[in-house]
Amino acid sequence: MTDQTTARNDAQAAADRFLALNSGNLASYLESCVRCGLCATACHFYEVTGDPKYTPAYKLFPMARAHKKNSWPWRWFGGAKITEAELQEWEELLFDSCTMCGRCTQVCPMGIDIASIVSASRSAFAAAGRGPEDFMQAAENVREKGSPLGMTPSVFDGRVEWLEDDYEVDLPMDKEGSDILLTVSSIEMMKYPKSIIAMARLLNHAGVNWTFSSTGYEATNFGFLAGKPDIAKLALERIVNAAEELGAKTVVIPECGHAYGALRWSGANILGRALPFEVLHITELLSRLKADGKLKFRPIEGSITYHDPCQISRRGGATHLARFLLDDAEDFREMTPTGDENWCCGGGGGVQAMERAADLRHKVFQIKMKQVEDTGAQMMVSSCANCRLTMDGSKDYWKWDRELESLAELLVEYLVDDDGEPVEWDD
Amino acid sequence: MELLEFARGPALMFSITVFIAGVLFRIFSLLFMWRTKDTSAAHPGQKPEIMAALSDILRRMWPLATYRQRSLFQWINGYVFHIGLFIVVFFLLPHILFINDLTGLSWGHLPNNLVYAISIVTLISLIAALIMRASNPPQRLISTFDDYFSWLVTFLPVLSGIVATMHIGARYETLLALHILSVCLLLIYIPFGKLMHFFLVFITRGQTGAHIAHRRRTTVLKGE
Repeated sequence: MTDQTTARNDAQAAADRFLALNSGNLASYLESCVRCGLCATACHFYEVTGDPKYTPAYKLFPMARAHKKNSWPWRWFGGAKITEAELQEWEELLFDSCTMCGRCTQVCPMGIDIASIVSASRSAFAAAGRGPEDFMQAAENVREKGSPLGMTPSVFDGRVEWLEDDYEVDLPMDKEGSDILLTVSSIEMMKYPKSIIAMARLLNHAGVNWTFSSTGYEATNFGFLAGKPDIAKLALERIVNAAEELGAKTVVIPECGHAYGALRWSGANILGRALPFEVLHITELLSRLKADGKLKFRPIEGSITYHDPCQISRRGGATHLARFLLDDAEDFREMTPTGDENWCCGGGGGVQAMERAADLRHKVFQIKMKQVEDTGAQMMVSSCANCRLTMDGSKDYWKWDRELESLAELLVEYLVDDDGEPVEWDD
Repeated sequence: MELLEFARGPALMFSITVFIAGVLFRIFSLLFMWRTKDTSAAHPGQKPEIMAALSDILRRMWPLATYRQRSLFQWINGYVFHIGLFIVVFFLLPHILFINDLTGLSWGHLPNNLVYAISIVTLISLIAALIMRASNPPQRLISTFDDYFSWLVTFLPVLSGIVATMHIGARYETLLALHILSVCLLLIYIPFGKLMHFFLVFITRGQTGAHIAHRRRTTVLKGE
């Protein structure tokens, strides 16, 4: 086959995949854009660069064309097909510069959910072999090694044992009859293990009957982000099978935004059956434990603000729970905008895992730095390890002096017993 | 056949037919496509899907405070020409008489001079929208033939209507015929392009409203 033939086939493969996913829901979105451009004002990539190519509506062009080419009455007139050059141009727009944060959905006067079309477009591009190499490889790692960061079951086991010894904390593994299966993000396990210790300590203190699973441990779902449905499904099945084997009634997603969306909102749809358990993000579980009086905290010292992970707040609906957990803070300050309208960290949607997008991410983080500085808070708390990794990287890049903290790690430091006495940890 | 007779007769009938058939086809071809069914469990205490859809249709009538400042011109200008077009089309006496001839329906009209003034404001507002489209970088980049042509077929009836009312440049019958023909062009084009948003807006806002509401956690935590 000549290069030209391959290229044409790639473009056709992208169009075919998209059309297979193109439901009435997506088609309605694609047909109703009035190209008012207001979505640009909501996009952090446009905000920091001023480059119109980052206008969210523009990101939809190839797939809008694939749809148009396939629908009445334009199919009769031939219409233009997607070209290889367009795949080349739009790869950056759909992968490197869209975090699927959903702010554009919020601002769209037509109510078009641009994020869901970007997700389907990524799948189309992946079918054509398109996507940042390192990011697509991270997705493949899920298939081969059980985790995007290569955390195989034996690495996971080893890390858990090490943490258990080092921090003298009980980390149950494969405990049958557990109420809760706690999953982890490999980002936490490899870079922020204290966040896992914090979750375990809070759960143990509250008397929760929980366990890890040596087969269904990875919460992140890079297949979901990279548009590789087979890998997305495989990652979900590992968790579902593990929960079923252990008899867990609840699966808890750790501090990770997209992992929550992938299992909580897309899990049943991808697997084609209702999930046989409840799915909670760790902030939901901790809130429930706090509301039930099983976790109590003393006032958190210093001035803090909260960064809303897009998939937990805007796209997850748990916006107020982090506030409920932080309502013991002496000096809590909201950013502007905040909650459902908060700005993205710049690394969601897998953008964090794309090396070539680093400069763009750093630029986006300037928005967050300004938001935090405007509050005057010394510490920014969040509940997503991916946001944290993104923000930590950019914090170093800009040599920024404010502190970043995980919600679970912060809370465990302020835990008190029933008598109101601080709980001490042997670190 | 006189131009006016042609415009009022076969041209108008043809364009109304294309308009109705085309709009129905567009709507049904979308409604009959397979639709994804969200089988994930909603957070407890959700309002019914239809209520969520309706409340998002209303909510998006005005931008959220966070986004308001930077989009205010487009929002206000958008309202000016949408409301302006609505008033001019449905509350000018000659239009009501014309519609009454066609359908037998009739309703009260606004004073002619007021509607003329509104038509001038609408014209200016449409020009402002075009300038915005051509000068605002994101909008300019994403604009297609459909955007400019949709603008043109909306603008022409307003312009020709004003010209006909003012009797400028030609016989009144000729100006009126051109005005009707411009309306025919608009009617014929509606099903083929983005002007379909007059109907699609309810589908897209509704489905996103239901989608997002499905994920909202509204309950108190204790004893959930």
